[in-house]
Amino acid sequence: MQSLILTTTTRLLVALLLVFSVYALLRGHNLPGGGFIGGLIGATAFILYAIAASVEDAARALKVDPANIAMLGVGVAGLSGLSAGLANQPFFTGQWLFLFAEDGGKGIPISSVLFFDIGVYMAVFGGILTLVFALEREI
Amino acid sequence: MADDYIKVPRFMGGPAGWISILFPAALFIYFAGLLPQIAQTPVMRGIDWVPSLGIRLSVILDGLSMTFALLITGIGTAVTLYSSRYLGDHPHYPRFVSYLLIFMVGMLGLVLADNLISVFVFWEVTTISSYLLIGFNADKAASRRSALQALLVTGAGGLILLAGIIVLGNIAGSYELSEILPQGDMIRAHPWYLAILLMFLAGAFTKSAQVPFHFWLPNAMAAPTPVSAYLHSATMVKAGVFLMARMNPALGGTDVWFWVLTIFGGVTAVFASVMALRQTDIKQVLAYTTLMALGTLTMFIGAGTHYAISAAMLFLVVHSLYKAALFLMIGIVDHSTGTRDATVLRGLGRAMPLTALAAALAALSMAGIPPLVGFVGKEYMYKASLGLDQGMIWVTAMTFAASALMFVAGGIVALKPFRGQLAETPHKAHEGPWQMLAGPLVLGALSLTFGLMPDLLGEYIVGPGARAVYGPHEDLHLHLWGGLNAALYLSLATFAAGLLLYLVHTRIRSALTRIENRNPIDFDAGWDRLLDGFKAFAAWQTGLIQTGSLQRYMAVIFGAFIVMVGGTYLVKGAFSGLPGLSQAEAHPVQWTVLALIAVGSILVVWTHSRMTAVAGMGVVGIGVSLIFIIFSAPDVAITQLLVEVLVVVLVSLVMLRLPYLPRRSSKNFRTGHAIIAGGVGVVTTFLMISVLGSDFDPRLTEFFEKASYPDAHGRNIVNVILVDFRALDTFGEITVVTMAAIAAYALLRGVKKAVPDDEREA
Repeated sequence: MQSLILTTTTRLLVALLLVFSVYALLRGHNLPGGGFIGGLIGATAFILYAIAASVEDAARALKVDPANIAMLGVGVAGLSGLSAGLANQPFFTGQWLFLFAEDGGKGIPISSVLFFDIGVYMAVFGGILTLVFALEREI
Repeated sequence: MADDYIKVPRFMGGPAGWISILFPAALFIYFAGLLPQIAQTPVMRGIDWVPSLGIRLSVILDGLSMTFALLITGIGTAVTLYSSRYLGDHPHYPRFVSYLLIFMVGMLGLVLADNLISVFVFWEVTTISSYLLIGFNADKAASRRSALQALLVTGAGGLILLAGIIVLGNIAGSYELSEILPQGDMIRAHPWYLAILLMFLAGAFTKSAQVPFHFWLPNAMAAPTPVSAYLHSATMVKAGVFLMARMNPALGGTDVWFWVLTIFGGVTAVFASVMALRQTDIKQVLAYTTLMALGTLTMFIGAGTHYAISAAMLFLVVHSLYKAALFLMIGIVDHSTGTRDATVLRGLGRAMPLTALAAALAALSMAGIPPLVGFVGKEYMYKASLGLDQGMIWVTAMTFAASALMFVAGGIVALKPFRGQLAETPHKAHEGPWQMLAGPLVLGALSLTFGLMPDLLGEYIVGPGARAVYGPHEDLHLHLWGGLNAALYLSLATFAAGLLLYLVHTRIRSALTRIENRNPIDFDAGWDRLLDGFKAFAAWQTGLIQTGSLQRYMAVIFGAFIVMVGGTYLVKGAFSGLPGLSQAEAHPVQWTVLALIAVGSILVVWTHSRMTAVAGMGVVGIGVSLIFIIFSAPDVAITQLLVEVLVVVLVSLVMLRLPYLPRRSSKNFRTGHAIIAGGVGVVTTFLMISVLGSDFDPRLTEFFEKASYPDAHGRNIVNVILVDFRALDTFGEITVVTMAAIAAYALLRGVKKAVPDDEREA
């Protein structure tokens, strides 16, 4: 089923959704959002593309096997937890670095927690897409 | 494939070979160096492993563990040296020595660990490495069967042992042996004592192959001969004996302990030595004599006097020395002639003089003939059994019968094959290489040395060992010549009986064969029937539960939910204590959302189209996320909304390929489902009301509110909990998400390739 309207709007929407998913991921620590929600939004973008065009097109646009993204995500999350070991602290203790912080402010916070959330994003994104692509292909 | 094999260098089996030889040798020297110190006081060292659970890697090095450590490393050295020639050119030789080293570490850990949980872990390490070694010739079905049998029997015993360890640990308040053992009186008086004892004995009896769990040990002879010599004779099968000896201060000394151990031990000893005469394969003869030794050890540990414990410790060493030598000897004969058949082998003495010498020393010790250490051991056992207050006649009689039969077995194993005219064998007999001869010769020489100087053994090994098992006691003195006493007369009677039996042993063998053919009780075949029964049961219950009908699964899951949650409400009378519904006053907006959800639910139930039903479900889900928004939980609402959208997409992908719902499903079917659906609704509603009505404990909320920004630098509490406070939970969840996706992917890939249903039934 090819719909011209859907295909055309999808091109815009996919880009918007992907940007928005990263936005949701990054703002998650202080405002509604986070890796889980971001991952779901990102996956929706590719699912939309798969429905509008085809699974093969979506998979080609993604370039990487979604299962690899998911596994990499679990790895990133695990490593971010292990990083606490470098500071001789228990597993999953958040490690923080405040770039350009001035008195009282927190500057640009970079943390192991952020990387953990990125790992969550990848695991959710990759996991759902693995499932959806497989369903669309095999059934 | 054969080309892929790494060519093993010849010298000492290459790196795998000399590492495997030097490792036990170095440890042996280390332990031997500690001997004088151990003769005085036990040494303990340890490190914390899982401190939060009170699990330590603590070491207990006393006379008992020292004896075992020396046997493990000493015989280990002999066996690895032997293996470097026996299996050195085998393509999987490096794998073999890896298993052997894993076993060695496990066995050392088992005897040295002070913590019962560590003991259990090492116990299982030996079980698993034993499985790998018995099944080393994995291309043979018999090897695989024997390996699995040994694994299942000893593994099952190990699990029961774990249960016993946990109960004992709870009663004693510690898993440290150094803290449990002094509490013996309290443990013996405890109501759970009998249960603990039986669980420990289940572990020990399966591991040490006591009747009726003995059948796996003769089958384990499918392993390469060095393995039989090492694991299934000198060390691993003695782990059960070790456990009983180790636990003696805590569990021993009661009537149950005495009678269970002496009866099972005695029966095992005599049954095994009779069965030993029945065998024609010399390796099998040795396997059964090992059983006899294990039975004897169990019996004397059960007897429990200082004499009996010392006799057990002495016999433990004596047996390991001669039995390892005999196994290694028969390996040389097998290697050289190509057969192990006692009815064929004759006159090897001239062709293999050194092998014959080693065999003679070991067999004389086994038969208990002076001046070998076996004689000292046997004398001491008689002395111990005659000194018993209870069960004196039983223990003495069993010891006498087993010793006389050992005398015969010694003749079969080491006298007959080497005497007389050289017989035809598959290969021409020739002497073995020095690597293989070194072990049996040194062990044989030790049997002789200790026989001539028994006090050496008494002072450094047996004495400290008995002290560790029995408790403080005056020094022990071993003699080759103990004077004219009852034990000596019994020894002489043993020789006479043994000699008589040896003269007629071929006739006994054929008689035993006839009896065995008519005997309906066959443990080995019984084991197969037991396994078949298990498989049939598994197939039956899988067919019962796994019907493959999704509807039935759902009905069972939700039915169980109604029965268990609703039943709890009924039993606790919680229905009456619910707050009145009048308290629930809702805003018009909430009523609208509620109406939306109700419409969605009715649509799902009403429609005949799966797609409409899925859309209806989506409406319900969106209604729920609206409720989350109303109660200001935006994160949950967004997640819920996105998940609902995805579920609709995923489910409709699947449903597109399914047929329409049947228009006319039976009335009973619909009624049944209506009852289940209504029940779940009612129970869930009550559950929610009672949860909301109960006092809410705000401590966690307060903590997260307070700590979120200052400690975790985040204002979104939900996200901070997810990625920081409870990051480990989230990590577990994303792992599950990923695994589920991959598993579903694999399943879906399999759908196309799956065989048709009618073929699968067969």
